[in-house]
Amino acid sequence: MADVDVRLVNVTKMFGDQTAVDGITLDVSDGEFFTLLGPSGCGKTTTLRMIGGFEQPTSGLIELKGEDVTFLPAHERDVNTVFQSYALFPHLTIFENVAFGLRRSGIKGDEVTRRVGEALELVQLIGYEKRKPAQLSGGQAQRVALARALVNRPAVLLLDEPLGALDLKLRKQMGIELKRIQREVGITFIYVTHDQEEAMTMSDRIAVMNKGRYEQLAGPETLYERPTTRFVASFVGASNLLEGKIGSDGDSWTVTLPSGDVVRAPKSLGEIGTGGAIGVRPEKLTLLEPGQESKGNRLDGTVVDTSYLGVLTQYTVEGAGGLRLLVSEQNVDRTTRSDTWRPGERVALTWKPDHGFVVGDSKSA
Amino acid sequence: MIAFLRRRPGLLPLLLLAPAIAWLVAFYVYPAIQMLQASLWSGTLETGFAFSWANAATYPEALGRYSDQFLRSILYAAVSTLVCLALAFPLAYTIAYRAGRWRTILLFIVIAPFFTSFLLRVLAWKTVLGDDGFLLGPLKAIGVLPEEFRILATPVAVIFGISYNFFPFMVLPIYVSLEKIDRRLVEAAKDLYAGPARAFQRITLPLALPGVFAGSLLVFIPAMGDFVNAELLGSVQTRLIGNVIQSRFLVNNDYPTAAALSFMLMAGILAAVFIYARVLGTDELESGIG
Ligand SMILES: Nc1ncnc2c1ncn2[C@@H]1O[C@H](COP(=O)(O)OP(=O)(O)OP(=O)(O)O)[C@@H](O)[C@H]1O
Ligand SMILES: [Mg+2]
Repeated sequence: MADVDVRLVNVTKMFGDQTAVDGITLDVSDGEFFTLLGPSGCGKTTTLRMIGGFEQPTSGLIELKGEDVTFLPAHERDVNTVFQSYALFPHLTIFENVAFGLRRSGIKGDEVTRRVGEALELVQLIGYEKRKPAQLSGGQAQRVALARALVNRPAVLLLDEPLGALDLKLRKQMGIELKRIQREVGITFIYVTHDQEEAMTMSDRIAVMNKGRYEQLAGPETLYERPTTRFVASFVGASNLLEGKIGSDGDSWTVTLPSGDVVRAPKSLGEIGTGGAIGVRPEKLTLLEPGQESKGNRLDGTVVDTSYLGVLTQYTVEGAGGLRLLVSEQNVDRTTRSDTWRPGERVALTWKPDHGFVVGDSKSA
Repeated sequence: MIAFLRRRPGLLPLLLLAPAIAWLVAFYVYPAIQMLQASLWSGTLETGFAFSWANAATYPEALGRYSDQFLRSILYAAVSTLVCLALAFPLAYTIAYRAGRWRTILLFIVIAPFFTSFLLRVLAWKTVLGDDGFLLGPLKAIGVLPEEFRILATPVAVIFGISYNFFPFMVLPIYVSLEKIDRRLVEAAKDLYAGPARAFQRITLPLALPGVFAGSLLVFIPAMGDFVNAELLGSVQTRLIGNVIQSRFLVNNDYPTAAALSFMLMAGILAAVFIYARVLGTDELESGIG
């Protein structure tokens, strides 16, 4: 395991009597692309600002490279931030913006020119040195903000929704570029976003935050295939959650649905407490003619909605007892028939027990 | 009309400027031309005035005769501007960043003096600063100050009066320019290893310069023309060029000299503003390099 770069131990931040961050403990390893993902107001920015030194925790400990920095002011930390708003200095040229940190740490002359040149090359902005920030496009300003932080070769780079202001296409392109730069320079990135797709494509590990704490910390694949809480299951991708009477049958958990149907999930997936449920992703479900044979879990239902989305078709199927499930089917090689199912048609819904996951309620304080 | 403008978008700015231009022509250009004419007159009120270009000699003559007052005006105006700046910047900074919910109240207090007339305020200070007024009187009575100590009728009183009267004109523009600086820029500077002093020097100050510039002009220009403070708080030794112009015009009826002095004052102010703009302008550039 690589060295720990950033460590948060039980970090809490209160604003008045409101808890913005609620006892977060986590380790970020050296060279990792670590993401804080969560909905608006869940405390991502506040967490990042405490690591950057712009906010002091109400309680808890923050370490950088093994050193306690909890109360160290921002300008003394070996951490740089790419602000959501870029925060480029409007009165300085691009060159001087990028050189700002170097000059403050006492680097002079040719060394400054060389390193600013390198940083601008990294973000592909050679030739923009003499411009002022107002003369840049959003994407260019974002890259200057990145260069201005990277040029200092900090141990850790904090990025607060750096792509938030860009349009979708540019965001994807910049996302790929960010990932490339991170691999090239090997700096630890702590990245904040509320966009789960962005988080999934770039991160090594993701902490999914909700109400000041994180509910699950895992790699993108685990988060998607094995979410552990209802919140994660619905925030990262779409999920069908099946609730009912929980039981145990040998190697399987069973959920007896209100309709009387029983679905199963392997016990190896974890514990279903009393408040638990079995979940399954829409693309893991297969639609069959009512008469067709199948193994595994099976529910009968009626198609109530069909939306053709190009790559896939999305169905809403209503099962017995008003249960609604979302099903996505790739538009190639339809497994059972060549045309889409139409609303009103009776279908059988099937999936392998292994494709399910088991979620509990959100961890409570 | 609108269709007409659509075809000639270049006319719109002219149209928007028209009222201001009309105002300037009627109340500035026309009187200025009249004054220029008056400055080239010769004669007296009794004998009547005659215009001649040869009377341009009035200019060097007046300059020579009143150079003391000219220099004193420049000195007092400059010192007052510096005093205002030194007091206003910290005040504006506090109001903009540290005052919280007191902000509006503090701003109101800054402009509150404007609710009484200029003349009344100066007269009030005359009483306050009086040799045996309620400021100096008690101090003299208990022997802290010698009996002959005075503030009134000294340069200090005049400079104080000017600074006091034009102080809000310094505070407000500086406040506005500080207030609109994005505080995240200062955070960004700190993120890039600048301590609080450096962050102020490299970010806050350069970005507040337009306010400092505007404020300085708003204090310096009226201070150059001041005569009320010098008249009421000063003495013969503190006469400013404004006093000379005022008395030439209204007491001596020496219109040519008064007009010539006004023009030279205007030219002097324009030159000073120009130099100041250049100095501040290059300063801002250098802060980027240094
Ligand atoms: N300076 C502050 N004073 C008071 N409350 C604050 C302050 N900063 C943040 N909060 C509160 O703390 C909570 C967390 O805020 P934070 O900015 O960390 O959210 P976030 O996850 O970054 O959200 P977003 O995605 O909208 O940026 C919010 O409820 C917010 O209102
Ligand atoms: Mg935020």
